Amino acid sequence: MTAILYPIVVLGGLGLLFGVSLGFASKVFAVETNPLVEAIREVLPGANCGACGYPGCDGCAVAMVEGKAPASACSVGGQSVAEKVASILGVEVGEINRQVATVLCQGDCSKAKNKYKFAGLRDCRSQNILAGGSKSCSYGCLGCGTCVDVCDYDAIHIVEGVAIVDKEKCVACKACIDVCPKNIIELVPYESEVIVKCKSNDPGKVVRANCSIGCIGCKICVKNCPEDAFSFENFLAKINYEKCTNCGICVEKCPTKAIFSDIEKVSLKAQ
Amino acid sequence: MNLFTILISTIFINNYVFAQFLGICPFLGVSNKTETAAGMGVAVTFVVTLASVITYVIHHYILAKLGLEYLQTIVFILVIAALVQLVEMFLKKSSPGLYRALGVYLPLITTNCIVLGVAILNIDMNYNIIETIVNALGASIGFAIALLLMAGVRENFELADIPKPLQGFPISLITAGLMSIAFLGFSGLV
Repeated sequence: MTAILYPIVVLGGLGLLFGVSLGFASKVFAVETNPLVEAIREVLPGANCGACGYPGCDGCAVAMVEGKAPASACSVGGQSVAEKVASILGVEVGEINRQVATVLCQGDCSKAKNKYKFAGLRDCRSQNILAGGSKSCSYGCLGCGTCVDVCDYDAIHIVEGVAIVDKEKCVACKACIDVCPKNIIELVPYESEVIVKCKSNDPGKVVRANCSIGCIGCKICVKNCPEDAFSFENFLAKINYEKCTNCGICVEKCPTKAIFSDIEKVSLKAQ
Repeated sequence: MNLFTILISTIFINNYVFAQFLGICPFLGVSNKTETAAGMGVAVTFVVTLASVITYVIHHYILAKLGLEYLQTIVFILVIAALVQLVEMFLKKSSPGLYRALGVYLPLITTNCIVLGVAILNIDMNYNIIETIVNALGASIGFAIALLLMAGVRENFELADIPKPLQGFPISLITAGLMSIAFLGFSGLV
């Protein structure tokens, strides 16, 4: 009888002892967490991408509760997450201006010239070290796809040697913006249909020699814009997206077609 | 055997990681950064030493008295699991950063064979309480040294030009093997 009783008593007794002491310890070492933080953390996408500027979703949730970050701080989650967060916090969230990453270069294989043939590692950063990359234009997309590698959302692809962002898939996490050695990827409002897709600060003559679709600094767009939405600096036209009404006049007038537009969409809107 | 011999032999000659191959999981899992490696080393040191003392007391004053030595494994695991829970609660309270950095490897100390291994070897070698403590300290210091050395090497992988097929875990395993061979050089020291 004791052969069965002793093991049961010993094991059960030890288990009980440890259980009680752990229960006591959990009271002593209890960490007080704000239930709001956990509730918000549940709602956030959990990608820990850092696009909000905080270290991971946990950090963002804490900042939201403390009021340091707005309810719409998570660009990945967009409107739906912002609304859920706002309802947890009991605040109003306005319309969010959704932004998407856009590659400001259209100099693909047929339009931009190369100064040498690059046969090294397929990585824009390493190519950039070698005399600023193989493109004659020192501002253009190198097309090695480093941005494609860092995109977690399959939103950016290399087409004809130039990176193109899929507007619908992009969540504005800024991973590609950080990694691009040429700094040609920028956040542009989702609504904007008319974008100057060139970053070249070279004078017109140099641009023309290197690429058939670059901004040559002719200022035709600046003169023709009815909304006065263009600014001009360093031989490069820039659109103020807040003023732009997507009328498409500049797209028609631009001699090199450096001003990109989804023409069909714009003309549909005009109708 | 005197205490100094036990200490030196468990740290260098019979290093639990390099010579007896116990505790390999955290050795490869948490050795990415020196900081987390040091944190893990301290956590394991605490658990191993305390577990050794408690298991020694339980074995000699409860199990052996009642003739229940066959319950050794299950009781020891119970002790270790409870201690790891305690460490986890303590770290969550006192150092949330380290707690997050260690991640899943902290509760995995429970199943880390070095803890159970040291506790059982203490009994098998018929150590007394002082020798048990020294052996446990030596074992965990040896483990921490292994972890820190590995972390130091692995941090340099970031800068090294490693052939593509060997990047990541393969080169870590090769390094671990080479370090193990290097530790063979200590044999015959005592």
